[in-house]
Formats: sequence, structure tokens, C-alpha cells
Amino acid sequence: MIPPVFVAPSLAVAFPLIFLAGMSLMLLLLGVARKTEDFKSVNNLAIFSLLAVAIVVARFSDERMEGLNGLFVSDPFAILMQIMVLVGAAVALSMTPRYVERERLMRIEYPILVMLSTLGMMVMITSNDLMTLYLGIELQSLPLYVLAAMQRDTVKSTEAGLKYFILGALSSGMLLYGCSLLYGYAGTTNYTALQLALTAEAGMAPGVVVGMVLLMIGIAFKLAAAPFHMWVPDVYEGAPTSVTAFFALVPKIAALALMIRLLSGPFENMVDQWRQVIIILSVLSMAVGAIAAIAQTNIKRLLAYSSIGHVGFALLGLAADNAEGARAVIVYAMFYMVMTAGAFAIVLMMKRKDRMVEQIADLAGLARSQPLVAAAMTIIMFSMAGIPPLAGFFSKLFVFQAIIDAQLYALAVFGVIASVVSAYYYLRVIKVMYFDDPADEALDRSNDPALTGVLTISVAVLLFFIILPTSVLTWAREAAAALAQ
Amino acid sequence: MLDFPILSLITFLPLVGVLFILLIQGEEAVVARNARNTALLTSIFTFLLSLYMYAGFDPTAAGFQFVESRQWFPGYNIKYALGVDGISIFFVLLSTFLTPICILASWESIKHRVKEFMIAFLVLETTMIGMFCALDLVLFYIFFEAVLIPMFLIIGVWGGKRRIYASFKFFLYTLLGSVLLLLAILVLYQIASTDIVALSTVETVPVDIQKWLWLAFFASFAVKVPMWPVHTWLPDAHVEAPTAGSVILAGVLLKMGGYGFIRLSLPILPDATVYFAPMVFWLSVVAVVYTSLVALVQEDMKKLIAYSSIAHMGFVTIGIFSLNQQGLEGAMFQMLSHGVVSAALFLCVGVIYDRLHTREISRYGGLVKNMPRYAAVFMLFTMASIGLPGTSGFVGEFLVMIGIYQVNTLIAFLTATGVILGAAYMLYLYKRVVFGELTKSDVRSMKDIDKREIMIFAPLVILVLWMGIYPASFLQPMAPAIRKIVTQFETRQQNMIAAPTTALPTGAVPAVQENAP
Repeated sequence: MIPPVFVAPSLAVAFPLIFLAGMSLMLLLLGVARKTEDFKSVNNLAIFSLLAVAIVVARFSDERMEGLNGLFVSDPFAILMQIMVLVGAAVALSMTPRYVERERLMRIEYPILVMLSTLGMMVMITSNDLMTLYLGIELQSLPLYVLAAMQRDTVKSTEAGLKYFILGALSSGMLLYGCSLLYGYAGTTNYTALQLALTAEAGMAPGVVVGMVLLMIGIAFKLAAAPFHMWVPDVYEGAPTSVTAFFALVPKIAALALMIRLLSGPFENMVDQWRQVIIILSVLSMAVGAIAAIAQTNIKRLLAYSSIGHVGFALLGLAADNAEGARAVIVYAMFYMVMTAGAFAIVLMMKRKDRMVEQIADLAGLARSQPLVAAAMTIIMFSMAGIPPLAGFFSKLFVFQAIIDAQLYALAVFGVIASVVSAYYYLRVIKVMYFDDPADEALDRSNDPALTGVLTISVAVLLFFIILPTSVLTWAREAAAALAQ
Repeated sequence: MLDFPILSLITFLPLVGVLFILLIQGEEAVVARNARNTALLTSIFTFLLSLYMYAGFDPTAAGFQFVESRQWFPGYNIKYALGVDGISIFFVLLSTFLTPICILASWESIKHRVKEFMIAFLVLETTMIGMFCALDLVLFYIFFEAVLIPMFLIIGVWGGKRRIYASFKFFLYTLLGSVLLLLAILVLYQIASTDIVALSTVETVPVDIQKWLWLAFFASFAVKVPMWPVHTWLPDAHVEAPTAGSVILAGVLLKMGGYGFIRLSLPILPDATVYFAPMVFWLSVVAVVYTSLVALVQEDMKKLIAYSSIAHMGFVTIGIFSLNQQGLEGAMFQMLSHGVVSAALFLCVGVIYDRLHTREISRYGGLVKNMPRYAAVFMLFTMASIGLPGTSGFVGEFLVMIGIYQVNTLIAFLTATGVILGAAYMLYLYKRVVFGELTKSDVRSMKDIDKREIMIFAPLVILVLWMGIYPASFLQPMAPAIRKIVTQFETRQQNMIAAPTTALPTGAVPAVQENAP
């Protein structure tokens, strides 16, 4: 619970949001006031505020609370997802300073935009109304467009920003159209009321179905699920690497949370309609993630396709439409974050003669020059491929358990085959590091303690989940249970 | 019974060795030496510990011993459960026995990245032992698939020219098989549980589902065995792997498939096993005859032995699916014997490969003149591979043929041709490598086996003769566990005859079994 008595009860849920918004404005003032661009202190303060908010959110009660006349909601699911988003954003910011210093991107706007975007994601996660949903998505997206185009001198970065913006605007339009259709039929935008209005019979009305599908497509854009993934590889490649790390780590989690929230809330009774959509998204994402990644030579593009594949696997759990499914998706999202954070820590370490390189071939011979980094990357790659005993295996195991439980056997078989195909390109990265002869010049050794720290934690989680699985599974179970209420 | 978790200890002891090796720092030569020593000591100690466990093993009991069990994943009914019976204990011993030998064998042939090699090998040992001890399907699967990681690196980093192709093929081929196993495990989890003991005693799986699950299991184990026509990864992997990798691949990893059939397919899915047995027979016969013929024309020694492995594993699958005491005992014995003999044969190849760096048969000849000790050792293992009475190879093949003769005489006849073909290709190989004129100058300068190599071969020679001359010391401890499996099938057959209308579907079978004697 939030102890302060002067906060009106209905504001309690929004308190962390208000705090974060206030902090980002304060930091903006600070940054503007100090004429010299003091990037580091702003960045540190931003990390500090994100973690502080995470702690406040973590101390929320487990009971379901609504705030601001039902616009916001807080329950264990929202709490867990907010913590993940906040911690993810903090991790992404902590990996930033050295990189932006090298790339001359030291603008105080950077951490502040990350904070604002995170704020938008928190609004998405805690939304209990289509209005707040839209507000959150827009607040989340606009800073991301700017961040993608941060490196405004390079063509690729500006192209990434523009591409992201245009497609993002398109998806927002669809989302908004979906919302208005639903409002037209149900006469309400509140999730709880929608859930009552959208019965199985109402679900038969074409307008409702179209509205729901448009809404899902809008979220699928943010989630980067195929076939709405076109922007992902270009944006990942074009954006500055530290920004890409943020893109990969955080916004997907928020979008996934929103998708789960909608499907288990307002659309709970329309399973027959939305399940097809989820299955199509999932199958296509897995296929694209598995096949398109094979031909990639750029590690950022490879990770982009890999993330599309991971989204496909996570959506499998949603298609199961049972408690196990929700729990599996949450576990999947957690390990996805851990693996991605580790992988991008390594990508950020990749430099030769102090210049960033991002070809997979640049990793050649890493096993000899930096055996520990190579071993860490190997563990991350095997984990992404879902090979036991690493944590990535268990996230896949739980997802498959859920869909077997839902008797979607064909989907399960497709899923495992996709995972074998995708194992190929993860193995290829390992092959380059271990089997290939080193390039003429070895990669520089990283001297950034933040990157080493993130990498160490990531690998430790992946290795030791098998020994200490309790807390992760308990959190996920409690969060999933909250959804079923 | 021991009062400490000995199985966990044996399983994870190699990982302790890995920790020590990781801590080694310093110059490359020093690191390499220390890593070798640490790995050897760890693996020898693990072997001794497994012998100690064997000393405490009750050979008359059919059930699992040294059982450990605890809940693992909260919210999921998955246990960390280990245990051994008369079947699995021999595989544990085989793994712990071959690992020190492999480490000794790679003492000099592995020259670069020794530390990493030893780490990979000890991790491999842990996963192998763990797989044979696991009593929970998920745990079994974790070890079963985790084997791929170290083996992939061993082939890929320390392998021959086409190592990258071979390692990828090995990895993806086996992975594709095992993911289907994973789905089958999840279906079993949904129907009942993943507890191997419970699943093997109570029949809970409906017949029509059994067939699907059996096929999924088969996809995984058949690739591992490997059975024709999914054997093509094996020659590549064997040829490209370093000697120690080939030894452990032939010695232990191939047995994982056979072990999987005996431990999982037979007891958990009995109806489907009976249904699919003829298919297995024919695939195995094709394997025996076809791969023997292929072996006959090989120019590469390792490839020849790889194909002979497939043929020998064909005997194993025939023995397993004859579903009687002799057949299963024969299959078990053949697996152990093949584990030792094929390991020894790959070591024999390794010995001359280390000297001349070619595996081409035609580059050798006349070795008997300058390497007499080597020729003698090689001959013994050649004879064991052929199945000469007095060597381990004979007992296994003979029992398998007795077993299959009771079921299907045609298959038995065709299987027997495999023995003849086996003699043909092995003797032909021996003739070309060892006999003949010693004409080539580089072959002439090859030295006979040294003390380290004698130390490697001595235990294998003893074991091959011991298994051949007094097989009872191996067959007796495994008999009760095998009898338990066979009884299950005999009871079923009697029920089918007694009450053909009620015996199926299996929902009724547990009740029927209670009435049966």
C-alpha cells in the first residue's frame, strides 16, 4: 500500500505515474538550466527515478484497485509488468553512457525521452479504459520515434525514425478506429463494462469483431508480431545501438501486457474470435523469426528477427487461453528480457579500434581473444534457441505445456519445428565465435563495468534458474491468477 | 542403501571438476597440463564413486535403488528424481568408465584449447550420467538434450576438415527428433504425470494416443540410435569428431536411444510398442544388411566403423522389440559390448591417426611388422566386433538372435546375415591395414603403442574378454529389471488370449492385471 494519507484513494493507483511524470519534467528543467550538457548526472538521476518508482510499485497491495474513476487499475499482473518495464528501462539506460559518449549523442533529452516512453508503457499496463489505453500507447510511441532518429546526421537513423513514425501512426489510426467501433457497439470504453457488454453473442456482430481485430492489429504493430513486423529490422539496424537495446527490451513487454490484459478482460468471452487472430500472428511470427533471420549478417538485424520469433512463441501461450498460458507468457517475457539485455550488452561491447562494429563476422575468433565474453554469448544463444538446462528452455517448455493443455497439437508441432529452424542461426553465431579463424584484428576489450555487470547478471539468471526456479514462477503465477479474477 | 544422495554426487561431481578447471590461470602450457590432470582425476574419482555405488547395489531387486526425489518447479508437477535399476546402472558405469579413457586418449592429440576441451568433456559426462539416472521425464529430457551442447562444441572446435557441417548436422538432426519427444512428454504430463516409475507401472494412456506418443518417442530415439534411414548424421559426426569425441559418441551417446526405448517406450507405451514392433524389425534389418554393405566399400576407417556401429545398433533394436527376456538381455548386452568395442576400435584408429594424420585405409598396410602389439590389440577388438565366441560381441548377438527367433524366424535369418557381413568388412579392414607388405616409408617409421596407450587399452581388453568369457556377472544384475518389463508384456498377451474383448482399450487393463497371476 501507499502510506501517504493525503493522496486521495482513487489517485493511489496513478501515484507512481504522476511521480515519474514529475521527475522527468524536473530532469528536463535541470538539464536545460545547466547549460553544459551534463548527460551523466541526468542519466543517473533517470535511472534512480525509474528504480524508485519500481520500488514504490512493488510495495503496492496485491488487491485489485481501480483509480481515477476506473481509468486505471492495479493488480499483481500490472505490478509485475510495471516492474519489468521500469527495470528494463533502467538497465537500458545504464548501458547507454559510454556508447553515447563515443557516438557524440550526449543529449540530456535521451534519458528523459526514455523516461517519458516508460511512463507511457506504465499507462498502457495499468489502463482500464480504451481512452487510457490510447493515451498510453501514444505517450509510449512518440518518444520512441524521436529516439530512433537521435543520430540525426546519419541517413540510416533518420530513415529508421521516419519509417517507425509512419508505420506507428498507421497502427495508431487502426487502433483508434477499433476503439471507436467497440465504443459504438458497447456504449462504453471501460474494460469492466466492455467485458459485460461483449458477450459471446455480441461477439458475433461483425462490427465488434472488426473493432477487436483492429485493436489487436494496433497492438501487434507495437509488439512487432508478423505480419506487422516490417519496420522492426530497419529500425533496429538504423537506430543507435543503445536505443535498439531499449526498443528490444521494454516496449514489447508493455504491448504484450496490454494484449494479455485485453484478451483476458474485455474480450474474455470472444475467445473463438480472437484465438484465430493470435494463432495467425503467432505462426507467422515464428516462421518469419525462424526463416528470415538465417540470411542476416548484421547482428542487430539478427536480433530483430530473433525478437519477432520470440514474440511468436510468447503469443502461443496466449492462444492457449488458460491460466498456464498466461503464466507461461509472463515467464517467457521475463527470460526474453534477460536474454535480450545480455545479448545487447555484448553488441554494445563490439568495437574495434574504438569504433562500433555490428557484423556477425566481426565476432570471429572471439573465443580466443575474449573467452569469457564468448562463453557468455554462447550461453545466451543456446538459451534463445531453447536448449536445456538454460532458462530459455523452460520458458519454451511452459508455453508448450500450456498449448498442449489446450490441445492445440498442430500448433505445438509447428512451434517446435520453428524452434529447431531458429536454432540454426543461433548456432551460427556460436560457430563464428568458436569455429572460425579470428579476423585480422581482434575486438577491443570492453572496459565498461555497466555492460559487464548486465552481462554477468543475465548469464547468471539463465544458468541458475534451473536450481532456483521458485521466485520467478511464484511471481508469474500470482500475476496470472490476478488476470483470471 | 546409502544415506547420502550418491547419484546426485556422481552426476554433478564432474561439474565440480569444471569449477576447478575454470579457476586455473597462468601460462598456456601450464594451464593445459593442469586442466588435463584435473579432468583425469575428476573422472577417475567419479568412476570410483560409481563403482562404490555398484558395490552397494542389490542385484536381485527389480525396482529402482538409491532413489532421490523432491519437488522442483512450484506450480508444476515436475520432480527432481534420480534412481538406478539393473538396466541403467550399467550405462552409468559405462559412462564413468569411458570418460577417463577418453581424457587419456586426448592427452596428446588435443593440442589447442585444452582447458575448454576438458570442460566440455566433463560437462558431457554430467549430462550423460544424469540422463541415465533421471526418473522424471522432464529431467530426462533436460539431460538428453543438454548433451548436444558440449558435443556440438567438441565436434565443431576440435574436429576435422568438415567439422562445421558435421556439427550442425549432428545438432539439428538430433534436436529435431528430440523436440517431438518434448511434446510427447508434455502430453503425458497432461494425461498423468512425468514420473517415469508411476507411468511404467500403471497404464493410463489410451491406445490411440499411445501410437502418436510412441511415434514421437521413436523420432527422437531412432535418430539417436541411429536407425536407418535417419542415420546419415552419424558417419559425418564420427569422421569429423576428434578421437575422444568419436569414442564417447559411439560408446555412450548411441546407447541413449536404446536406453530410451527400454526405459520409456516399452513400459509406458506397451500397446503401441507391440503394434509398431514389426516396423522396427524391418527398419533394423535394413540397417543391419544395408549399412554392413556400405561399410564394406568405405575407404575411410572411421566411416567404416561408424557404419558398423549402425549395423550393430540394428541388433540392439531388434533385441529390444522382440520383447522377451533373451532379446532384451541380448540388446542390453550388445549395447554394453558395443560401447566398449566400438570405443576401442575408434581408439585403435586414433592411435594410427595420431601418427600419420590420415584415416584413409589405403595409406596403411603391413603394420603387423612394425607395430606388433598394436596389431594384437586391434585384432582382439576386430574379433569382438565380428562376434567371435569368447569375446563380448558374441554374447549380445547370440542372445538377440535367440530372442528374435522366438518371434519371427525370417527376421532372425536376415539378422544372421549381418553377422557374416560383419565378419567380411571387419576382416577386410584388418587385412588392408595390418597385413600386407610394409612398403610405404612413412608407415614404416611408425612406432608401436607406448605406455600411455597400453594403459588406455588394458582395461578395455580385460573388459571385452571378461564380458565374453563370463557374461553372467553382467547379465544377472540386469535380469530382474528386464524380467519386470517382459512380465508386463507376457501378462498382456495372456490377457489378450483370455479375454480378447475386454483387454482393449487399456482403460480396463489395470483391473484385469490385478486378477492375473
